[in-house]
Amino acid sequence: MALTVNINGETLSVEAEADTPLLWVIRDEMELTGTKFGCGVAACGACTVLVDGIATRSCQTFVGDLEDAKVTTIEGVTGPVAKAVQQAWQDLDVVQCGYCQSGQIMSAISLLNDIPKPSDEDIDSYMSGNACRCATYQRIRAAIHQAAGQAEG
Amino acid sequence: MGIDATRRGFLLSSGAAALVIGFTPKGLLAAGGVEAMDINPFVTINPDSSVTVVVKHFEMGQGTSTGLPTLVAEELDADWSQVKVAFAPSDNSRYANLAMGAQGTGGSTAIANSFVQYRQAGAAARDLLVRAAAQSWGVEPSEVSVEQGLVTAGTRRAAFADLLEIARQLTPTAEPRLKEPSQFRLIGNAQLPRKDSKGKTTGQTIFAMDVKLPGMVTAVIKRAPRFGGTLVSFDASGAEAIKGFIGAKALPNGAGVAVFAKSTWPAFQARDAITAEWNFAAAENRSSDQLLADHVALLDQPQYLVRPGSDFAATGAAIQGAAKVVEAEYRFPYLAHAPMETLNCVIEPTAKGVRLHDGSQFPAITHPTVAAILGLEQDQVEIETVYAGGSFGRRATPTSDYQAEAAMAFALLGGKRPVKLVWSREDDLAGGYYRPMAAQRARIGLDGDGKIVGWDHRIAVKSIFKGGPLESMLVHDGVDHTSIEGVADSPYAIPGFSVGLSDAETGVPVLWWRSVGHTLNAYTMETLVDLAAEAAGKDALAFRLELLAGDDKDRQRLSGVLKLAAEKAGWDRALPEGRGRGIAVHKSFNSYVAEVIEIAVVEGAIKIEKVTCAVDCGIAINPDVIKAQMEGGIGFGLGAVMRNEITLTDGEVEQINFPDYEPLRIVDIGSIDVHIVPSQEAPTGVGEPGVPPAGPALANAIRAATGKQVTQLPMTRSGVDFA
Repeated sequence: MALTVNINGETLSVEAEADTPLLWVIRDEMELTGTKFGCGVAACGACTVLVDGIATRSCQTFVGDLEDAKVTTIEGVTGPVAKAVQQAWQDLDVVQCGYCQSGQIMSAISLLNDIPKPSDEDIDSYMSGNACRCATYQRIRAAIHQAAGQAEG
Repeated sequence: MGIDATRRGFLLSSGAAALVIGFTPKGLLAAGGVEAMDINPFVTINPDSSVTVVVKHFEMGQGTSTGLPTLVAEELDADWSQVKVAFAPSDNSRYANLAMGAQGTGGSTAIANSFVQYRQAGAAARDLLVRAAAQSWGVEPSEVSVEQGLVTAGTRRAAFADLLEIARQLTPTAEPRLKEPSQFRLIGNAQLPRKDSKGKTTGQTIFAMDVKLPGMVTAVIKRAPRFGGTLVSFDASGAEAIKGFIGAKALPNGAGVAVFAKSTWPAFQARDAITAEWNFAAAENRSSDQLLADHVALLDQPQYLVRPGSDFAATGAAIQGAAKVVEAEYRFPYLAHAPMETLNCVIEPTAKGVRLHDGSQFPAITHPTVAAILGLEQDQVEIETVYAGGSFGRRATPTSDYQAEAAMAFALLGGKRPVKLVWSREDDLAGGYYRPMAAQRARIGLDGDGKIVGWDHRIAVKSIFKGGPLESMLVHDGVDHTSIEGVADSPYAIPGFSVGLSDAETGVPVLWWRSVGHTLNAYTMETLVDLAAEAAGKDALAFRLELLAGDDKDRQRLSGVLKLAAEKAGWDRALPEGRGRGIAVHKSFNSYVAEVIEIAVVEGAIKIEKVTCAVDCGIAINPDVIKAQMEGGIGFGLGAVMRNEITLTDGEVEQINFPDYEPLRIVDIGSIDVHIVPSQEAPTGVGEPGVPPAGPALANAIRAATGKQVTQLPMTRSGVDFA
């Protein structure tokens, strides 16, 4: 069936079943490959996108539920918070393999939109759904603190 | 990012005017224009003055795509911003890992084996540019200098691009002079940014999972639910109604059913809808409890004596007469690598054969494996290496398991359409090639002065290397060195030290898992040393330093990292109530790492507060990458010992997805503070050596804080709660 979904500001018509996970529409239909597949059961966060500005696991979000929603992927992030987060990630060389980092960054943007000056505890609590097998956690924490300072200033 | 992995790619991107520097297959430096593509390029200086460094190792996060270019840029005196990265094509004769004699990444060897080679390439390029400038300006080469990508002599100045035409006509110096360490500007520079940060923070980096080709079909495999099971029959009628389902065919090796669909989601759905019958007659049908008991039983009669001078009768007699005896029996589970990017690769037809798009860890195995399956000559197969979303060893197997599946699926579909072979997380956790299960037992005798008089140590583990293509490298006189590394060759001065090994035989495929045998053996050694220190009534640090006294270089460097980690962690400072601290040190991959872990005990639950690490890896090429590898190695090691295990019931893996194999999370770990020992020794590994001390340092901290000694892993299985 034809469904509409708004991704990165564009309203698109996709041919898919209503229960198709958003992740596969993004990756395989839209060919936006910055959003990653890691587990398929919302346990790793690699597939995190923003749905109406809030971090959401796209592998457990169904495309039929998104008619009025705005989806943002790593390719579509804009604004001072996103810029500060990506810059902090680069300044601190957070990445190792990098596969989870799109999802980490989307969660970090959502966190800072929610809590502009998060504590370590806020970060640990908000970011715990995003796994990183390279264990870049210490740098993720530091990058979020740095981005919080910059986005505010 | 401009990543071109094929030679065709280089030609297109560098154009006719580029200068190419590399080595002949005999290892001699050679240079020229694009016709020099017949040599193996290591460095290309492009007409826009950019410098492309051809990286012969794959990038799984360990930082090779920053490290190897650093070596070239250092000697070339290039500006870091003008340096670009390309992955080498699969070519064993040209891009071999000099530590292995074959093209592949592993054993934390990337920097160590490239340290001279890549600097030579950079120095040769610089020498050609200097002589070209001298010739062009009518000055002596000694009057020409190069700094941050600019070639100057007096008031004359030129960009690299200005000199390419003349430089291409020159013959490279046979042995260009390399810099003295005091002249290094990029090597040792902690501010040098990674080359892969930008692409990986903007979603632009392409992993194999992201490769999409026209007409590409997705394949997933329905595999036997037990290792060694074979397909009897299958019924795909349930999948017919799934939109996008293309078809299903039995794999020629009997290992399962290849399921084809137009994209990933219908492929997963179709596989779920297909039913299959299996034959388990030759399968591994035991449960992990039974497998572990069978390992333990092997400890009574070691098959091999593996430390020179081992004599269990004499050691036993010494322990018999000892004032104190310490004993422990260890049990280790299977562990999955679980890289974030599940295994996958793309295979496409080309005019001459096939091209693989793969985060290829060991092209030297994959290349002939794919050629053999498809009935092709090796030169008909190309491998385009792309970024890998982690590996921890899993992307290199003796059988090239997932690439072989891709080749079989490609052939089953007729060999005309590109195929992407994708593993799900469920496939990954049940897919075998685990860190081996193991049992170990040790008895240590100490005299009245707290000196060790005898140490009886037995290991039962399945060999990783026996029967594989690398057997001759690591198996000698029947003994797989990786089974005993870190125990049998321990640098500790231990009198009466006898070590025995028994090979366990199971049908569960096992594999190198970040730091290989050291992950098991450092845990036993370093928790045993702590027990012995306690029996001797000595401080854990002081006891280790006593066992490491003397002029032996290994002992000195181990002592060095121990002292540094202890000092930075405040080892001498008393801890408040409810806190505990543990220390561990280990040599692996020619590097020396000590770690101190401080924990808090909150209502009986353990919280890791702080990790202090000291590493001696020789000359630190990229200090920030080294720190990152220690941070990552520590996290990887801790997550596994805390709560990870792969278990089997009647041969079937019980863990399904991350909820059953919970990775370390940000909330699990506090700060990690890494210190690098200044050194002029040759650079050694960093990808793996951070892992081995982490587990025992945590175990020692838990024992210090709670008195609980953990000998069965994971720790949660031994009743340890984590906050």
